[in-house]
Amino acid sequence: MSAQINALVPGAVVEEHEALGELTIEVTADRILEACRALKDGPTQFSRLSGVTCADFPDQPGRFRLAYHLHSIQTGSRARLRVWAGGLDPEVDSVTSVWAGADWQEREVFDQFGVRFKGHPDLCRILNPLDWDGHPLRRDYPIGGEDVQFTDAV
Amino acid sequence: MALIPPPGAPVRRSGRTDDTIDWDLRDPEALEAAHGILTTTVEKAIAWAQTSAIWPATFGLACCSIEMMHTLSPRLDMGRFGAEYFRGTPRQADLMIVAGRLTQKMAPVVRHIYDQMLEPKWVISMGACASTGGVFNNYAVVQGCDKIIPVDVYVPGCPPRPEGLMEGIDVLRKKIGFNGQTPSSELIAERRREREAFMAAAAAAEAAAAAEAAAEQAKGGQPN
Repeated sequence: MSAQINALVPGAVVEEHEALGELTIEVTADRILEACRALKDGPTQFSRLSGVTCADFPDQPGRFRLAYHLHSIQTGSRARLRVWAGGLDPEVDSVTSVWAGADWQEREVFDQFGVRFKGHPDLCRILNPLDWDGHPLRRDYPIGGEDVQFTDAV
Repeated sequence: MALIPPPGAPVRRSGRTDDTIDWDLRDPEALEAAHGILTTTVEKAIAWAQTSAIWPATFGLACCSIEMMHTLSPRLDMGRFGAEYFRGTPRQADLMIVAGRLTQKMAPVVRHIYDQMLEPKWVISMGACASTGGVFNNYAVVQGCDKIIPVDVYVPGCPPRPEGLMEGIDVLRKKIGFNGQTPSSELIAERRREREAFMAAAAAAEAAAAAEAAAEQAKGGQPN
C-alpha cells in the first residue's frame, strides 16, 4: 500500500509496518492531506474515516502523534495513518475536505491536545467548556482534583 | 363453672401489671382530636405538608440515577413517602437529588437548575462522586457538589443502594417535617424516660424509707 501512496504522492511515506494484522503507515506531516485524498480517491477506496486520535510523547521530538483510522466500505479493509505533529507548534493540515466526518474528531484532538488543524472550518473546543484554560490530555497538564487523604493507609 | 356477674353489676377490672402500658403514647394533637379539637401551628402544618409530598427534580448525572430510578420501582416504592412524583421542571420541584459525578461542564447547568427551583428547596448529594468526587480525582469532575450548591443530606455509597437513598429521604423528611423542632416520637420517648426516672426515684425513696424504718426498728428494739 505504501507503494500505491508513493506512486500518487511521492515521498510521503516514512515507514510502513504491520502488527497483529493491522497495517500502519507513517507519513510526513506536510503530505497528510494529499495522502488521505489519494487513499480515498485511489484504488484503495478508503471512503470512511473511522477516527482521529492523538497521543502525547513528551520525550519525542515530534511529541504529538496523530493516528487516522481508515476504513473501506467497498473492500472492508482497514489501515492506520500516523503523523507526528511536532512539539512546539503542533499543526497539521485538516482532512475535513476529504472526509467531512473529520470535523468533530479534529476538534476533539484540538481540545484535548492543542494540535491545530490548518483549514478546519470551525476549530474550537468540543468537549471542554469554551473558556477552558489549557489542553487537559497533555502530559504536562496538571492532574487536578484534590489531594487524596489517608493514602498511607492504603 | 364460670362466675357470671348478674346484670347491672359493676364491672371489675384487674389492674395493669405494667402501668407504663396505660401511659398514653398518642400525640398531643391526637389527644385533642379525640376531643373534637385540633390545634397546631401554621409552621407545623406546612412542614407536615412539605414532608408528605417531596417532589424531586427529574435529572440524573450518572449510574447513581439508575439506583434512584429503582427507588421508584414497586419493590421499594418511594411513593410511600409521597416522593415519587419526579417533576420535569425545576420550578415545580423542591428536592434536587444530585445522582452521579458532577463534571465541570455540568456544574453551571446544575447550579442553574438549583436557582430555578423555588424556595423552600432541599438537596440530597447521592453517592461518593456527588459528595466528594469519588474515584474521579481529576480535572474534569467537581470534587463534591457542595462546592456549588448547599447540600442537606449526603448519601454515601458507590452507588448507594436504593435503600440508602430511601434512608436519605427519610432523614430529609425528619429535617423538613419538624422544622427544627423535636419530633413527637422523640417527645414521647422523652416523656417515657421522665416517667421511668420518676418511678425509679420513687422506688429509691421507698427503699430508703423502708431502710430507715428498719434501722429505727432495730434501734428501738435494742435495750436502752
